[in-house]
Amino acid sequence: MHPAFILAGALAAAEEKEHSLLLPELPDLIWGSVAFVIVLIVIIKVVMPNITKALDARRDAIEGGIERAEKAEAQAAATKAEYEAALAAARTEASHIREQARADGAKILAELKEQAQAEATRIAANAQATIEAERQSALASLRNEVGTLAISLASGVIGESLSDDKKASAMVDRFLADLEADQKAKAGK
Amino acid sequence: MILFLYALTTSLLVAADDPGNGGFVGPSVDEYFPQVLLFAGTPFELNRITLIRLIAVAALVLILWLGTRKLKLVPSRGQATMEFALDFAGRGIAIETLGEKDGKRFAPLIMTIFFLTLALNLTGTIPGLQIASTGLIGQPLILAVIAYVAFVYAGVRKFGFGRFMKNSLWLPGVPAVIKPLIAVLEFLSTFIVRPVTLTLRLTMNMVAGHMLLALCFLATGFFFNLLIQGSAWGALSAGTLLLGIAFTVLELFVAALQAYIFAILTAIYIQLALAESH
Repeated sequence: MHPAFILAGALAAAEEKEHSLLLPELPDLIWGSVAFVIVLIVIIKVVMPNITKALDARRDAIEGGIERAEKAEAQAAATKAEYEAALAAARTEASHIREQARADGAKILAELKEQAQAEATRIAANAQATIEAERQSALASLRNEVGTLAISLASGVIGESLSDDKKASAMVDRFLADLEADQKAKAGK
Repeated sequence: MILFLYALTTSLLVAADDPGNGGFVGPSVDEYFPQVLLFAGTPFELNRITLIRLIAVAALVLILWLGTRKLKLVPSRGQATMEFALDFAGRGIAIETLGEKDGKRFAPLIMTIFFLTLALNLTGTIPGLQIASTGLIGQPLILAVIAYVAFVYAGVRKFGFGRFMKNSLWLPGVPAVIKPLIAVLEFLSTFIVRPVTLTLRLTMNMVAGHMLLALCFLATGFFFNLLIQGSAWGALSAGTLLLGIAFTVLELFVAALQAYIFAILTAIYIQLALAESH
């Protein structure tokens, strides 16, 4: 065996005897410090900012959510008020229209009534006039008829013809005058 | 099941390593001092343990970086886990102990201690690595010194050196006669015992855990070899395998617990240094 190996082996053996669980060795301390520093840097430079960022984002999201909800609520309230106003306006208008309609109806009714009244009056007046005319014509025709009848009756009774129109007419007129006088006397009683 | 497979694989690896024929060779602390692999002869010597330490650091950095790179408003399952871990260390340990203001100041330091210790502890149960580099006393010592510097710095910064020492040593409510004696005891307890216990607690927990696991798996390998050779003693390998599984679970727990203890003690020491008087 090469002397160097023996030497190395001896050195290694000598070294191993020095090892103790309670005495730290330099490489152990160095790598231990390195390990700590690396993790500390990662936590300070990477982990903490990331966590802070995430928590901030989460808080923002929650606050934003609350804000959004409040906005939506306000909007809903505004819409509701608007709607109620519109409803009230519509109601007012409806009642207005109803009133108008009622008034219009009343007016129309009155007009119609008036018209009907006028018509009725007119018709009644017409009827009156017609009746009057009829009566006059009936009276005239009656006068003729009665005169003829009475003369024919009288000529029958006295046996002579009252053909002389002058005589006949005088007779009829006297008869009628007597009749009227008789009636007046009756009315006078 | 996974644990069983894991333990079995580990044991078989150990068994394959065993030169065989010889008697049972238990684990030894020499496992913490393997041969140098890189930079031999310089202060930057790397052996298996320190290399594992660097691998763990790289993994931790990768997880921290990738895990917080794209934090979304609505967390996915992975992100929620990441946020839980970060919140546990940052809020659960630092801010809960120190209050909002000082907690935020010292949170990066305490988080570093927690995550680094956790990562280094966990390599003790990872197949193939199987050793926690916090069992090598240098790392706990560095962390303890940092915790020490942190609480002394916090106290001196807030009160000035004189008042900080007075706060720490000259306790109110102690009879004047024994005050000097108490002050000496307080000095020992605060400035000497604290860093020593921080260091030793972590180191020894990890060493002991490694020894337990190594013993179980070495024994399983040993008995397994006996089994192959047809000896009835080989049946014991089942028992040692089960023990190995149980201790692996325990070690996972201890890894997290020790990281938590180191971080919370650091936070408490800083809190005590910042307290008006105690």
